[in-house]
Amino acid sequence: MENSVAYEKATELRLGLPGIDEPAVLSSVKNNKRPLHDEKSGENGKSAQNETDPPSKAQIVGWPPVQSYRKNNFQQAKKSESECGGIYVKVSMDGAPYLRKIDLKVYKGYPELLQVLENMFKFTIGEYSEREGYKGSDYEPTYEDKDGDWMLVGDVPWE
Amino acid sequence: MQKEMAYSFPDEVLKHVFTFIQSDEDRNAVSLVCKSWYEIERWCRRKVFIGNCYAVSPRMVIRRFPEVRSIELKGKPHFADFNLVPDGWGGYVLQWIAEMAGAYPWLGEIRLKRMVVTDESLELIAKSFKNFKVLVLFSCEGFSTDGLAAIAASCKNLRELDLRESEVDDLSGHWLAHFPETCTSLVSLNISCLGSDEVSFSALERLVDRCPNLRSLQLNRGVTLDKIANILRRAPQLVDFGTGNYAAELQPDVFSNLAGAFSSCKELKSLSGFWDVVPAYLPALYSICPRLTSLNLSYATIQSPDLIKLVSHCPRLQRLLVLDYVEDSGLEELASSCKDLQELRVFPSDPFGAEPNVSLTEQGLVAVSLGCPKLQSVLYFCRRMSNAALVTIAQNCPNLTCFRLCIIEPKTADYLTLEPLDAGFGAIVEHCKDLRRLSLSGLLTDHVFEYIGTYGKKLEMLSVAFAGDSDLGLHHVLSGCESLRKLEIRDCPFGDKALLANAAKLETMRSLWMSSCAVSFGACKLLGQKMPKLNVEVIDETEPPDSRPESYPVDKLYIYRSVAGPRFDMPPFVWSMDEAVKILH
Repeated sequence: MENSVAYEKATELRLGLPGIDEPAVLSSVKNNKRPLHDEKSGENGKSAQNETDPPSKAQIVGWPPVQSYRKNNFQQAKKSESECGGIYVKVSMDGAPYLRKIDLKVYKGYPELLQVLENMFKFTIGEYSEREGYKGSDYEPTYEDKDGDWMLVGDVPWE
Repeated sequence: MQKEMAYSFPDEVLKHVFTFIQSDEDRNAVSLVCKSWYEIERWCRRKVFIGNCYAVSPRMVIRRFPEVRSIELKGKPHFADFNLVPDGWGGYVLQWIAEMAGAYPWLGEIRLKRMVVTDESLELIAKSFKNFKVLVLFSCEGFSTDGLAAIAASCKNLRELDLRESEVDDLSGHWLAHFPETCTSLVSLNISCLGSDEVSFSALERLVDRCPNLRSLQLNRGVTLDKIANILRRAPQLVDFGTGNYAAELQPDVFSNLAGAFSSCKELKSLSGFWDVVPAYLPALYSICPRLTSLNLSYATIQSPDLIKLVSHCPRLQRLLVLDYVEDSGLEELASSCKDLQELRVFPSDPFGAEPNVSLTEQGLVAVSLGCPKLQSVLYFCRRMSNAALVTIAQNCPNLTCFRLCIIEPKTADYLTLEPLDAGFGAIVEHCKDLRRLSLSGLLTDHVFEYIGTYGKKLEMLSVAFAGDSDLGLHHVLSGCESLRKLEIRDCPFGDKALLANAAKLETMRSLWMSSCAVSFGACKLLGQKMPKLNVEVIDETEPPDSRPESYPVDKLYIYRSVAGPRFDMPPFVWSMDEAVKILH
């Protein structure tokens, strides 16, 4: 490539007064001790969609570049969120790019919960009946219980 | 002799003319005209700005400018903000204060940024300068409220005390009471960094009461919402106000008291603070919103609907700092309500979370670029970006002077095409001809640096992380960016070649930072050896760089031009390449 040839000429190691030949010394670096940056990034598993990211990431020092006083301030706010003893659950919807989090403690019953979900994801759920589940929409709210089974929301008493 | 006198002005006339020349650049130009102008100018220079405290020694400054009244100094490199500079690195102000105490008895203003300031330094300031007026400690550390007490007690005509973003050892809230009853001169007081500990509120109230010229007041988080009204009623002339805590149980009388207090501040243009916000209290601000030009909600964990409501009341807003809770919808509202917007900063609410917690994408920034034609300065944290969006932003905002984009996950590609973001950032530098500051992120090859070198002619500061393929990238920047002053790089595959080939360029810049790159110890030594006007410092906290082969990359490298030679206050983990050469011999 032309670019690299021009570059080689332009960056020929030459340091010092013109006319003096300095030893062009330094070869590219091979480092056994620490992973070079690109190996490190391989570990983190890059993909634009972030689908395969592990749940807890190894934090890179100083990244993202947020100043420490901001981090301290925000961590205080986060702490008080969990100190209130809310029951936070993740809510995902087929086709939506982002997951949301809601605090179940805030709501007093299923109707309120369903209303909030409808507002959050901008869709309608339909009428609940014990016999037929949710009628009137293509969407049904489900949750994963502690046995790992997918259950329809609304069968179990709210408490 | 008589012929010369016929053609020259008396010194007094020149001196008088020079007092109208305020900018450092112009003053420097004046001093180069001829020897006599150099002499006259140096005796009447009153203000000195030193962008790197190690570029020159106190003695040299004092020798050249004997009558300085105002000094500004900067210490640590910018990446110190992100914990990349180890504690103890340097940036101590004590030596400067000590020498100026003797040489500048009339020094009235000291402004410091990223420096280590001890109580001893503060006490020395308090003792030495009888006409001391302004102390600004921006992002400094090393001092306690005891040092502040000394300043408060001794500085009879103190106008400005600004501790923004500094780390202060809060030993006692009582230091405020050290301002004597005779002190009525305060114009600006910023104690927002003092955290949740209590400041003596009654002392604060009395101080505010007796300072009729107070225009700018930023309280700390420890001051509760119910106290705001008290303060505001004592200082209705405030132009710039920072609340403390903005949370309390909603009570009608507290609310109406607060709303009334705000509405009595007819000059109020700028608000900040807002820790722990209870949204129900935001409407108390509505009466002043129409006049607001600056709003810092970057600590406020309020959600998009409340932010939208607030922002829609502020048509004159020029500057907004906010968390990403604002979401794309909030930014769309901003774009339609705030046509005067010049500066936008969106900070991440959950920077370390693996998944996005808010609906903030590149769309928000695109909307603002479309709706706010005066946009000049952007700092934006988000999780996805596309070349198309960047091109749109560049075309909509050709007047951008500062563009800092942080895509949170390193090396994130264009989410639509999966390509690198070279073209997008290329469009930014190509269209924004006055761009002075740029921070890159996302997946980037050497091509982006080719664009930057070609178009970034006015670029003064460039921040690079996890980008590039080879030394060619660095070479493009160093050889192309004519106005470059500060370059900071982390985790990029840049090595010796580009650095050594462009060594002379480094003398035209303030500083270069490179960490977790591929610059070898040997190259650092060579640079230090061959470039006496540069200080080449290697930082390594694990072991001395000469305990490894010369081809090994150094951990961190900080190069800056200096006329003072290598510094003497380096900690054990910093090696000057000047000394290293001496040691080897």
